[in-house]
Amino acid sequence: MSARRTLLLGALGLAVAGGLWSLSAPRPMDASALAALDGDARAGSAVFLAAGCGSCHKAPGREADPEILSGGREFASEFGTFIAPNISTDPEHGIGGWSQAEFINAVMRGVSPDGRHYYPAFPYTSYIRADPQDMADLYAYMMTLPADATPSRPQELGFPFNIRRGLGLWKALFLSDDWVVTGDLTEQEARGRYLSEALSHCAECHTQRNALGALDTGRWLEGAPNPSGRGRIPAIAGPDFDWTEFDISAYLESGFTPDFDVVGGTMADVVANLQQLDKEELDAIAAYVMRAR
Amino acid sequence: MTLKRFLGASALCAAIALPALADDDPAIAARQGQFKLFSHNFAVLGGMAQGRVDYDAEAAQTAADNLFHLTRVDQGRLWPEGTDSASVEGTRASPDIWDDLDDFVAKFGALQEAAETMQEVAGTGADEMRAGVGAMGQTCQACHEAYRDEAS
Ligand code: HEC
Ligand code: HEC
Ligand code: HEC
Repeated sequence: MSARRTLLLGALGLAVAGGLWSLSAPRPMDASALAALDGDARAGSAVFLAAGCGSCHKAPGREADPEILSGGREFASEFGTFIAPNISTDPEHGIGGWSQAEFINAVMRGVSPDGRHYYPAFPYTSYIRADPQDMADLYAYMMTLPADATPSRPQELGFPFNIRRGLGLWKALFLSDDWVVTGDLTEQEARGRYLSEALSHCAECHTQRNALGALDTGRWLEGAPNPSGRGRIPAIAGPDFDWTEFDISAYLESGFTPDFDVVGGTMADVVANLQQLDKEELDAIAAYVMRAR
Repeated sequence: MTLKRFLGASALCAAIALPALADDDPAIAARQGQFKLFSHNFAVLGGMAQGRVDYDAEAAQTAADNLFHLTRVDQGRLWPEGTDSASVEGTRASPDIWDDLDDFVAKFGALQEAAETMQEVAGTGADEMRAGVGAMGQTCQACHEAYRDEAS
């Protein structure tokens, strides 16, 4: 190979690497837009329930106190074990010292205050579709919750998944704020889509993932293997799902299936949260699920 | 209920002596049949509570009586060790049951209590029954959340 060609290839390689490096850079939200938001803690408590933050961040073994968000729950995956961190108001071990903008960038963009990427086990992949005002309300609410000084544990991931910078490329490929179910939606269906696709992240459990761990939008809500390795998360769309709108709303309200089996597994927490919302919100989710299939 | 009464001393011995039987242990189908009967009767009350059918005091009382008696069936031979979802096919019983039997038994006890209350209120009025349904459902849910795997 001539010296010139080597040089050319070298330059090309550097350009690609540089491109990947800048492609993988964190992309925070527009700071001035966030600064203008003023949160309302009362409204934020409903967002907290709809978004299910507590399901992942409450302490295992301390379920009786669902407001203590000291983390420690483990989530098995093909890539290793993710561990939910402390997001209580403790200034050292939690997020008590975070600004509203830092909080919203974490939840809606998966970027930490010091500019690192979070893993999508934290479903910012859904929350990216949220209304920033709802996130400001959520921030105001979460700042009223108790502090707990339990330290967060590091994620237990093997190489190469332990390199956070690589997540930037993953985000460039898969992170999108587009709605998945589109078309001419009624106002109720659109509200249901907002709750389901942005906040309650139904698809994060009910949709199959590809080899890189991203949701397969072509099989939206059609069921998925259980990340725990035992059993499957059931389909709530597609030919195998024949519930009515009434059935779905009643299940989210009571945990009872149309055959009066009773909800269990990770869905039990989803029901426990959603049943505290207004019934119209559950009807809207049901209307969306009917529409999604 | 004590643990020993729940499981029966003989069941514990049999489970330790004969683990190889677990694969087609008839206890699995038997306990699943028991839970189907729970649902079959709970559906009568739940259907009325959700307004799918009109409240009928007599039908409600019959279903509540059934649930009372069904939840008194001796569990002694229904939960042999080695019949968990990690050891054998065809069951959703989480291995955690056997790691924390005291808690599992306590959760069954909560259901028995709820069934007793239900028996007292089911025939007395739609609102009373509806409250009983919610309370009873909570006890089913608490156990399923902790100890029942997702279906395959
Ligand atoms: C499915 C489980 C799950 C849900 C639901 C969830 N999180 Fe998390 N969260 C995680 C995991 C896992 C991490 C760690 C990610 C990492 O380290 O890359 C995390 C990280 C975070 C962090 C970063 C903490 C730190 O110390 O850097 C914040 C803040 C956070 N979550 C807030 C929330 C809020 C607010 C909600 C609800 C809107 C929420 N989470 C919902 C699993 C979850
Ligand atoms: C944390 C994971 C998770 C999330 C988030 C989640 N689900 Fe589920 N869902 C499950 C699991 C697990 C089951 C099976 C429950 C069981 O075994 O009793 C289930 C069951 C269901 C069922 C009953 C299906 C059947 O055939 O029995 C419906 C309906 C449902 N979910 C709807 C929803 C909707 C709507 C949302 C969003 C608002 C949602 N789920 C969010 C995990 C989840
Ligand atoms: C103390 C724990 C516990 C309580 C309380 C409980 N269940 Fe279950 N249930 C289980 C377990 C464990 C299984 C899985 C059994 C298996 O597959 O071997 C199960 C399975 C079931 C099934 C599926 C049966 C099948 O295989 O088709 C139904 C339906 C059911 N339960 C309904 C109920 C109802 C209704 C209640 C309340 C009235 C209830 N259960 C209370 C533990 C419990």
